[in-house]
Amino acid sequence: MANLLLEWVIKTIVILLILVTAVAYVTLMERKVMGWIQLRVGPNRVGPWGLLQPLADGLKMIFKEDIVPTQASRWLYILAPALSLIPALMTFIVIPYGSEINLFGHRVELHVTRMNVGLLYILALTSVGVYGIVLAGWSSNNKYSLMGGLRSSAQMISYELALGLSIVSVLLYTGSLDLVDIVEKQGGWPGHMGWNIFRFPLMIVFIIFYIASLAETNRTPFDLPEADSELVAGYHTEYSSMSFVMFQMAEYLNLITASSISTTLFFGGWNGPFVGRLPFLGPVYFTVKVLALIFMAMWIRYTVPRFRYDQLMRFGWKVLLPASIVNIIITSTVILFLR
Amino acid sequence: MVINYIPVLLILIIATGMAAVIMILSRVSAKSRPTREKLMPYECGVEPVGTARERQSVKFYLVAMAFLLFDIEAVFLVPWAVVFRGVVQSEAYGHLKYVFYGEMMVFMVVLFAGLVYVWRKGILEWNR
Repeated sequence: MANLLLEWVIKTIVILLILVTAVAYVTLMERKVMGWIQLRVGPNRVGPWGLLQPLADGLKMIFKEDIVPTQASRWLYILAPALSLIPALMTFIVIPYGSEINLFGHRVELHVTRMNVGLLYILALTSVGVYGIVLAGWSSNNKYSLMGGLRSSAQMISYELALGLSIVSVLLYTGSLDLVDIVEKQGGWPGHMGWNIFRFPLMIVFIIFYIASLAETNRTPFDLPEADSELVAGYHTEYSSMSFVMFQMAEYLNLITASSISTTLFFGGWNGPFVGRLPFLGPVYFTVKVLALIFMAMWIRYTVPRFRYDQLMRFGWKVLLPASIVNIIITSTVILFLR
Repeated sequence: MVINYIPVLLILIIATGMAAVIMILSRVSAKSRPTREKLMPYECGVEPVGTARERQSVKFYLVAMAFLLFDIEAVFLVPWAVVFRGVVQSEAYGHLKYVFYGEMMVFMVVLFAGLVYVWRKGILEWNR
């Protein structure tokens, strides 16, 4: 028992450190990708290829003044960034990033914990993340923030429906909410292509899921909560210093989590060539797939212009939601009659 | 297994600690020189007009209610989806598979009818 507890504590701390580093370098990656797409070089002054840029940014932000506006609701204003950061950090413990490896003569399973409602746990926490944004928008007592907060609450709950219903189609195939189970069922690389993305209805489901997850993480083309050209910065207009950093961290964490869930549900998680014999390749494949999906999100961000609000709501309710309901019907029919 | 949920508690504690450290860090390390203008709500450099606690469009509330209804329906779909394959392919319940499938299809039709109703009532029209 004490051994198990120690293992959990070590794994949790390691995964948190990895996540925080990953967030720092995803911001750098975003700026580099943005530079390349706009025919610039991106940050390259601090360290080789700008590799120390996130560190410099962090140090700068720490020494900035933390402002609480006089008209703001003080406690909610201070608590809101934490409320959006904590759920974002918590989601990652159920995501498996490898099977099992031998470490110092000790069998280590490469996931922090395995629970039979893993996917529901993630869905629940992504819903909690909305509170931070709404409270930040409301407590700032600023018109831009309030508009941003309201917009984001309506947007996130609308796209959450499409997200949840598209996951139902995946569940029809996997028959389990346990993420480790879901990955293991997509195994068997050289024999047949077992990834969910290669099954007939699930390809369309992936497109719905990916669009909805972009909207859930407030990425362009769905970044209306912080549309810079109309709302200044949306819900975090009034925030400065580390409170602002916490919102940014939460946003990038959500991007990483969304990409990891896409990898787990559709791209076979840690599965890949030779992973059965060399289990340490699992985390490598997992990271490569997640990075590819993150790159795709960035690519979309610098290619597609922002939606108008009525277009956004129409797309969510009148296209994605019916499409995911129809997909459930198709998937269950295919399973009933063809398998 | 209930024991597998302990890490949730662990990461809740550690993540809260991390958030607290980040917040305290910026308050300790940065100098605070508040002025009246700095602490005003930001409105592009102009003195703020009125308050932000205004009435908002009723659409936001309508969308929230529609979301609640559909989300509850999604909750019914999840357990059905998880056991669907097992029931359809099992020996013991195989003869019930069309009932199991058909009942949920009826439910989906009701769900769709709800969506059509919300649609026809104009709750989803944001440009009017």
